[in-house]
Amino acid sequence: MKLNTEQHALLEMRSITKEFPGVKALSDVSITVHPAEIHAICGENGAGKSTLMKVLSGVYPAGTFTGEIRFRGELVEFRDIRASEHAGIAIIHQELALIPELSVTENIFLGNEINHGGRIDWVAQKARALDLLARVGLDEDPDTQIKHLGVGKQQLVEIAKALAKDVKLLILDEPTAALNEDDSQHLLDLIRGLKGKGIASIMISHKLNEIEAVADRITIIRDGHAIETLDVHAGGVDEDRIIRGMVGRSLESRFPPRTPSIGDVFFEVKDWTIQHPQVPERLVAKGSSLNVRRGEIVGIAGLMGAGRTELAMSIFGRSYGNYLSGTIMKDGKEIVLKDVESAIEHGLAYVSEDRKQLGLNLLDTIKRSVVAAKLTKIAKAGVIDDSQEFGIAEDYRKLLRIKTPSVEAGVSKLSGGNQQKVVLAKWMFTDPDLLILDEPTRGIDVGAKYEIYTIIRALAAQGKGVILISSELPELLGMADRIYTVFEGQITDNIPATEANPEALMRSMTSAKKKANA
Amino acid sequence: MSTTANDPAAPKKGGLSDLRKVFGGGQSSLRQFGILGSLIVIILIFQIWTGGLTLSPTNLINVVNQYSYILILAIGMVMVIIMGHIDLSVGSVAAFTGIIVAKSMAEWNLPWPWAIVLGIAVGAAIGAWQGFWVAYIGVPAFIVTLAGMLIFRGGNQFIGQSTTTPVPQEFGIIGAGYLPELAVPLNFNVLTMILGVVGAGWIVWNEVRARRVQQKMGSERAPMWVSVVKVVVLAGVILWAAWLFATGRPGTSFPISGIILVALVILYSFITNNTIFGRHIYAVGGNRIAATLSGVKDRRVDFFVMMNMSVLAAIAGMIYVARATASGPQDGNGWELDAIAAVFIGGAAVSGGIGTVIGSVIGGLVMAFLNNGLQLIGADADVVQIIKGLVLLFAVGVDVWSKSQGRPSILGIWGNRRKARLQTEAPDEAPTTVPGTQSNLSSQPEDARRP
Ligand SMILES: Nc1ncnc2c1ncn2[C@@H]1O[C@H](COP(=O)(O)OP(=O)(O)OP(=O)(O)O)[C@@H](O)[C@H]1O
Ligand SMILES: [Mg+2]
Repeated sequence: MKLNTEQHALLEMRSITKEFPGVKALSDVSITVHPAEIHAICGENGAGKSTLMKVLSGVYPAGTFTGEIRFRGELVEFRDIRASEHAGIAIIHQELALIPELSVTENIFLGNEINHGGRIDWVAQKARALDLLARVGLDEDPDTQIKHLGVGKQQLVEIAKALAKDVKLLILDEPTAALNEDDSQHLLDLIRGLKGKGIASIMISHKLNEIEAVADRITIIRDGHAIETLDVHAGGVDEDRIIRGMVGRSLESRFPPRTPSIGDVFFEVKDWTIQHPQVPERLVAKGSSLNVRRGEIVGIAGLMGAGRTELAMSIFGRSYGNYLSGTIMKDGKEIVLKDVESAIEHGLAYVSEDRKQLGLNLLDTIKRSVVAAKLTKIAKAGVIDDSQEFGIAEDYRKLLRIKTPSVEAGVSKLSGGNQQKVVLAKWMFTDPDLLILDEPTRGIDVGAKYEIYTIIRALAAQGKGVILISSELPELLGMADRIYTVFEGQITDNIPATEANPEALMRSMTSAKKKANA
Repeated sequence: MSTTANDPAAPKKGGLSDLRKVFGGGQSSLRQFGILGSLIVIILIFQIWTGGLTLSPTNLINVVNQYSYILILAIGMVMVIIMGHIDLSVGSVAAFTGIIVAKSMAEWNLPWPWAIVLGIAVGAAIGAWQGFWVAYIGVPAFIVTLAGMLIFRGGNQFIGQSTTTPVPQEFGIIGAGYLPELAVPLNFNVLTMILGVVGAGWIVWNEVRARRVQQKMGSERAPMWVSVVKVVVLAGVILWAAWLFATGRPGTSFPISGIILVALVILYSFITNNTIFGRHIYAVGGNRIAATLSGVKDRRVDFFVMMNMSVLAAIAGMIYVARATASGPQDGNGWELDAIAAVFIGGAAVSGGIGTVIGSVIGGLVMAFLNNGLQLIGADADVVQIIKGLVLLFAVGVDVWSKSQGRPSILGIWGNRRKARLQTEAPDEAPTTVPGTQSNLSSQPEDARRP
């Protein structure tokens, strides 16, 4: 089913160059997408993947970049997203653009309402919505408010919304980054199904196993240049091959070697019970107990919504839910962490899974973000020493290889993965004893992942404790010394890495049968 | 992607962007650069139009006397607005403080220095009251201060029985006083010139220090000529202004209210730029949840910023009463609007997180010189209002528009006016919100927070 002639191409982007002040995000990038193919785009953080998709979808309007775009054989110049949607291109940012207070139906037809002279035809909309939901395999009442749906389902609503507009080309920017394995699988099946119905997709992802499984062809972007396009069906394309294209060399192993030097238990949480902030009957943590040894990396596995983040945040200065009972011991003494400030003072750090909402002030510069969680460290009598600040930010930029023209640049200008590195820097700067990492490698490329793993290992080797929350089981198995599993707010198991395997973890993550022997 | 940090092409941009750094770094510096330009243009236009009257010593002194209290309000207001709040009560608070201070001197014979202390205490108390409702009850500042506007206006008229209460003459110094003459045979005010020289010296010293620090840190430095030009221009302007103030009508010089203003500008620029508290203001204004998760006590910041605003309003009210020699029932009417306009002209964002003290003061000066210039050419009050309204709208409109454009090519300028925010806040990666986090973390009701 190879289509090789240019005339048949669905999309051709030719010689696209896009510059930002001080940064050439794309230089002379060309890419061709055939009808009904799944075309993956891979590259390191900051390579220019999202920028390319924003150029294509009109987020950056014609005129703000150079090069030409042909869609279905015609030269197109999109002035905005609406124009590209009109042409049949829909982009789904990971940034879900749904309105939480509105229903599924309302969201699907937002800006595109079925109407008669301005009056919305609710009956027709609902019928159509049901039809679309069936197509994406989402079994929900179309009247449900979006805020009651999980991320995975919201993602499906987004796709339904795109289908409502009669889309020919679907762009998905890291669609599965926030999804668990089941939801990811469902989404990938859906994309495959759409391909069967003649809808092509462009998919950006750092999860190379998914790409390998689903993509027909893969274009690799490095430093703003399109390096190569691989044909998966031609054979010989595996994860290692993709990585070699992305970083220019092969990666011997995905995880840095273990150098375990595990000490005594220094941090303990006992019988931790937390109420949901709005629904008091719901306990998001039910008598959870866990402990961390010095130099130990403790993994927390659980399905989306199992309460891992809630548990972590409630430990971190009660920043989530209502505290009911439980104690925290550190170095043998009970500590009371009533707010985040005291948690930081006691050497805790929490790297949030949601960098944009919870991790960063997007209006701020990199330099100021890095020191934001512990200003007292660079201040005397409340006055900040800003010359120190610059040096510190520079150090972290080098250490974490944050890709930016200057640490004085705004964090909003960074690519997603690099923003994540800034968040990590911010918490490393607080010099914590216990670092809680919530999905720290979400949206991070393989090379940078390895760097982050190395840093986590180094922190542990210094005798710090690390709690690693992750939805990726390979990550937990590769990094953690011990893994707790969480199911519906309860810790169901506590497995040493040596005995852990995906099946055992999955079993404990999906049932409350065993009680933790912490 | 290639970064230009070590790129030979980079320094080309350095010149202009470093020049901009005069007006404070950060994201609003560009805007301030523009607004300073507008201020200069407005002054020059009126200077020509009025045949040199605008920049005459008498008029400059007049502008300072007449607008210093609005500028003082703008200093506090910008902090409130960075936090994503607003304060509508400042005019009423100023009037309320004014009447109490006037009464305290007229009826209880409080010595004027103590009256000033009392006034500041009244401002702090009112501020604490409003701050309490905003920070700890979670009533939006708009509502709290709308209520305050009514309460304290009514309070002023209740205490003053809607008539004017005169203040003793000595009190007048803070509103209508000048730097004294020294007994030296020079035909200009020596203290004013000394102040000017100190100011110019500070500019030079500051630049030298900044360059040293930059060198030490190895960060990108502007070429030497930029620094020299910057220093010469700024110091020159300061010395020239000082000369104008020093050579006015005998008995006048730089007004005391102007000195209070300058002192407050320096103090609050320092607080917002260089202190932890200042950082916390920007942090909460930029992303309240992220700030609380970084250990910032957002309510405390809310409280102090609201409280501080009322203290500054009290100071403004006292200066006004001192200048007017009496406290009246209509004092401070509409001040909140002038202060808010100054802040927005000065580059603050309605959604919070962005703004600077110095920018707001420049914004206030734009309004002041516009007002003054129009009065000088004999425009009526109605015309002045219309023009001020239009200037506010255009200033902010141009800003929003230019931000939405990024750096477009000429082609790009045509035809993409509306796609505004998409570029500046270009969506990329994804928030998966923790269920309930938002409402849990924030003490503020929906509309007090912005996305
Ligand atoms: N609005 C902007 N202003 C300035 N620079 C930008 C802007 N948007 C992106 N960049 C820069 O362009 C480059 C490419 O960014 P882009 O977001 O396309 O990367 P990406 O490949 O999607 O990375 P990631 O995998 O981390 O999401 C980065 O260096 C980034 O800093
Ligand atoms: Mg991206």
